[in-house]
Amino acid sequence: MLTYLRKRIISSALPLVVVVVGVFALARLTGNPASLYLPLNATEAMREDFVVRNGLDQPLWIQMGRYFGGILRLDFGTSMRTGQDAADMALRAFPATLQLAGMTMAIAIVLAVFVGSAAALKPNGILDRFASFLSMTAASIPDFWLAIVGIWVFAITLGWVPTSGVAGAAAWVLPVATLVMRPFGALVQVIRGAMVSSLSEPYIKLARSKGATQYRVVGSHALRNAAAPGLTVAGDLTVGLVNGAVVVETIFGWPGIGKLMIDSILQRDFAVLQACVLLTAVAIFILNILIDLGYALLDPRVRPSAGARGRRRARSARRGNPTEIKDPAATGASV
Amino acid sequence: MMTHLLEPDVVMNDSGQTVLEVRDLDVDIRTPKGTVRVVRGVGFTARRGQTLALLGESGCGKSMTAKAIAGLLDPVASVAGGHAFLDGKDLNTMSARERREVAGPGLGIVFQDALTALNPVYTIGTQLGEAFRIHRGASRKQAKAEAIDLMRRVGIPEPETRVNSYPHQFSGGMRQRILIAMAVALSPRLLIADEPTTALDVTVQAQIMQLLRKLRSEEDMAVVLITHDLSVVAEEADDVCVMYAGNVVEQGSVRTVFAEPTHPYTKGLLESVPGDSVRGQGLSSIPGSPPELNKIPAGCVYQDRCPLVAQICRDERPQLRPTGPRQRAACHFAERVGQETVSQTGVVSVEEENQ
Repeated sequence: MLTYLRKRIISSALPLVVVVVGVFALARLTGNPASLYLPLNATEAMREDFVVRNGLDQPLWIQMGRYFGGILRLDFGTSMRTGQDAADMALRAFPATLQLAGMTMAIAIVLAVFVGSAAALKPNGILDRFASFLSMTAASIPDFWLAIVGIWVFAITLGWVPTSGVAGAAAWVLPVATLVMRPFGALVQVIRGAMVSSLSEPYIKLARSKGATQYRVVGSHALRNAAAPGLTVAGDLTVGLVNGAVVVETIFGWPGIGKLMIDSILQRDFAVLQACVLLTAVAIFILNILIDLGYALLDPRVRPSAGARGRRRARSARRGNPTEIKDPAATGASV
Repeated sequence: MMTHLLEPDVVMNDSGQTVLEVRDLDVDIRTPKGTVRVVRGVGFTARRGQTLALLGESGCGKSMTAKAIAGLLDPVASVAGGHAFLDGKDLNTMSARERREVAGPGLGIVFQDALTALNPVYTIGTQLGEAFRIHRGASRKQAKAEAIDLMRRVGIPEPETRVNSYPHQFSGGMRQRILIAMAVALSPRLLIADEPTTALDVTVQAQIMQLLRKLRSEEDMAVVLITHDLSVVAEEADDVCVMYAGNVVEQGSVRTVFAEPTHPYTKGLLESVPGDSVRGQGLSSIPGSPPELNKIPAGCVYQDRCPLVAQICRDERPQLRPTGPRQRAACHFAERVGQETVSQTGVVSVEEENQ
């Protein structure tokens, strides 16, 4: 498993390096960084001062070296807006986004598993049609509209929850409810489909032939097999949320990475934006590894340890190693 | 229709206690074009310590019959009539809960395709032990110990380590052994084996059949063996039930039915077994193919392929009637079957095969 993990980390580190180089190139290719970093009304003297101070007059390879050195020290420069360390600002905003994403996905997955499984029990039954309508609607509603209507109805008219901020549990209700819709809708569709096909597999009949209850057949035999496609889609959706739910975070004043990115773009705070992009890239990189581990956990056939052992055994068999376990048919043993 | 099955003079084999008695079983399948009856009035008895073979070609309803008895029909299929008594209790009128209680201790089933019948995401130990967890409330540890015991009984080497392996880590023959172990886990009274060797190669087939035989005598189970293989029937079964287009056309003890078939279909099947055929001479076959199940003709189901066909066969469906001491057939001319050759001999041309 550790070998596999190491391989997986190395192979997915490459895209990460590409992102890092891309960010570097972005800061240079979109014109003079001085005009990107400095306010529009900066004087010529300020610009020259900036160029010298940031080593922009040095050859490109030295700049690149410094840039990478800075990344390794988590030094992305300071924010033009607040004068704070850019990496610090991004790291402080990130937990809020992660919490929002985690809460959203947890609720969406639990609900979708129940609704999707129930719908799959009788394809084209009443429940299935209702679930299909519900999930389609949930997946199609634009989040900005839902957020605004939610604020208007529940925060302003009814006054049940605050309009924005993170103070108290009530503040979570509207952002989470808004964000849950799309993952819920998409996951219901995926889980329903996977459950329909898994419920028609022969191993379901085998489980029934042992006298298993409906709960056991559906909840353990079918669901476990339907979980892998669910994980794929849930992983993609989580990546989207970790990226920062830009619109929803902005509307609800949620102090997450999405809001920070938008604010940085609007105020040309390039150092902070750069830190945000790299931090998000790292988070997605880690998330992808976790998803891969999840696959291995769910399905023994993709479990690398078993595969490696199988390969070793096959190799030793080719060399005539008698420890290989075979059907007695092959070795001539009698029953 | 088949109540005379119970009359003493036609009891096929009087040794052994009746475990399963199927009477007038009908199974329907709902299709977009309407309901099709795929099993029609099927009846037979399976006795303790003996094997009854359901013999027939693909689509003749033998597998449907087995699934109906086991309560594992697909949602589109349903039992439309008849009874299946397991130890005197009618399976067809049981509640879902009663059926679950019977599944395992009363009735075990071995599925055809060992490659897909096992759940790929659970270990063999978990799947083998499941029956003990469901029916006996065994702990995980007890269930695992039982699983190891079962694996040893069906001849899987190194059961203590292999119990933690997953289905894909076993060969086809081993998986079939595991399926058999699952079916006999709770020492059922009746074991249904639905083409248990079809997916396996020939040497493994023999071993699986040997294993089934061993378990049958150890557990004193009644076995219903579903197969299209005449040689398997000849070697393994005590009684045979020949099915054609959803109907039983002939039944009786294997010895009498195979020695003196009294239905043209049975005779045709037996004649098409290559064996004493002369070199250079083509293989025998039954001309034509079975009717589609939604186009079963009135009268005899076999009329279109039968060399003895007469007007009465088109007008009136023959009922099963005694044709020998331990033998019954559904043919108006059962007495003439013995004297005629019913199959066609000749080289089958490519065009014919493609039809």
